[in-house]
Amino acid sequence: MSARGTLKQKVGRFLVALPPYGWLVVFFLLPFLIVLKISLSELQAAIPPYKAIFAWAEDGILQLRLNFGNYSYLFSDELYALAYLNSLKVAAISTALTLLIGYPMAYTIARSPARYRNPLLMLVVLPFWTSLLIRVYSWMGILKNEGLLNSFLMWLGIIDSPIQIMETNTAVYIGIVYSYLPYMILPLYATLEKMDLTLLEAAADLGCPPFKAFLKITLPLSMPGVIAGTLLVFIPAVGEFVIPDLLGGPDTLMIGKVIWAEFFDNRDWPVASAVAVAILILLVVPIMLYQRNESRAEAK
Amino acid sequence: MNASLSGRAASLYTMLALGYAFLYLPIVLLVIYSFNASRLVTVWGGFSTHWYAELLHDDKVLDAAWLSLKVAVVTATGATVLGTLASVLLVRFKRYPGSTLFAGMVAAPLVMPEIITGLAMLLMFVAMEQTIGWPAGRSMTTIVIAHITFCLSFVTVVVRSRLAQMDMSLEEAAMDLGARPLKVFLVITLPLIAPALMAGWLLAFTLSVDDLVISSFVTGPSATTLPIVIFSKVRLGVSPEINALASVFVAFVGCAIALGGTLSRKQD
Repeated sequence: MSARGTLKQKVGRFLVALPPYGWLVVFFLLPFLIVLKISLSELQAAIPPYKAIFAWAEDGILQLRLNFGNYSYLFSDELYALAYLNSLKVAAISTALTLLIGYPMAYTIARSPARYRNPLLMLVVLPFWTSLLIRVYSWMGILKNEGLLNSFLMWLGIIDSPIQIMETNTAVYIGIVYSYLPYMILPLYATLEKMDLTLLEAAADLGCPPFKAFLKITLPLSMPGVIAGTLLVFIPAVGEFVIPDLLGGPDTLMIGKVIWAEFFDNRDWPVASAVAVAILILLVVPIMLYQRNESRAEAK
Repeated sequence: MNASLSGRAASLYTMLALGYAFLYLPIVLLVIYSFNASRLVTVWGGFSTHWYAELLHDDKVLDAAWLSLKVAVVTATGATVLGTLASVLLVRFKRYPGSTLFAGMVAAPLVMPEIITGLAMLLMFVAMEQTIGWPAGRSMTTIVIAHITFCLSFVTVVVRSRLAQMDMSLEEAAMDLGARPLKVFLVITLPLIAPALMAGWLLAFTLSVDDLVISSFVTGPSATTLPIVIFSKVRLGVSPEINALASVFVAFVGCAIALGGTLSRKQD
């Protein structure tokens, strides 16, 4: 009886596990293996525009034709290295700015009276529910040369001629900070809100000035939130396409724009795949850091 | 001491207010200028609803909006079902062969740059069509499959935390009284996690309606979603018609959130 019960249980568990597990293997894991495969194949003028890497030779031997040319191409053309470095730079600066703006906001919300915390947090998340495209678009009207910001500054008499913000890296920073701010504030708030405030009282009783107490107690205790928020902003920002495409200029080289151009404009699928694999390699370390940080937070 | 404390509080709240202004001002300005009579977006030419009327006669926009709505409803439903099963797997099954791989596959889409997910999914659809003949071409089906894949991770985040907090003793009591696992899940567990399912469904819906990059990769000429239409218009520059379209979108999302909020308050 009990043996039959456990068999039944096993079948039941298998039936629960199969749909999500199978779905993710077929539609998430498999695609990445295919990207890897195509990044190693040759471009050809056909549909689809790449050659198979497995081929049957005449004597019935399966041949494996790997083409590392797409990868060496990435090294030979300066464009790709520049795009990588610039993506990392833009993502790093934007993440730092997001942290600088997000930390005080998360801190203030976490220390406000308990009944205001949820509504204040809701106000942070609310804009996230409207389309990213629309939020980025709203900055185009503000930042362009004859836009609202320049008109306002000229009306105030601070500047005489419009300053160029649109189509520069500055506009991209503003766009990323604006779009990703909730991702930073939510994990920061979660750690700051859980913090034991009696530690700060103890420090104050022992004569520790508030700012020192912040540096010695609050900041170290909020580190899991800082790490989670930083990675949640940094990782997607590296591969961001919409923001640099709409707010950046022709000089704003970012790797997301390069993939888009290789794929849609040049129709070079193998090179686009090689660029994607290269980004993944670049992002594996931060993604694993994020996973470890999350599982540690869960263990607590 | 007290004065400096309240001074600190005041400066913190000022910063918070500035933060909210930063978050909301662009959207408010966008809505205000959608009522501008002038074609020049930044010059105020008087109040007008002209651009909204224009919108109603733009068949391309209306068709795209209808398609986006259909895709989002199917996606949200599919992602909620799969995300709930995934949550059960993560919270209740704990250790089994391949559990680490599964946790990784659920978490990865949350941070994966969309451009890579999009490219990967398209290449897979092409390879599948070559080998097994399905899916034939790119259409609404491929968009829905791609959307379910990345949305199910977000649904899982919402549902699993609710499932982890749930009081297990209710399920145990039902089991002790002889209820089968499926019945326990349907009668006890599901009603208890219903608010999380609702929140997950809404999240998946908005993510799907919003998605531009992944849709652009996996779509074909026959299926153009609303973000694809907006993006092609936005690339040409700022126009009051897009402002009007964006305002309708903001109003729609606002109503959905208000509805969701009321429903979940009733639940509690």
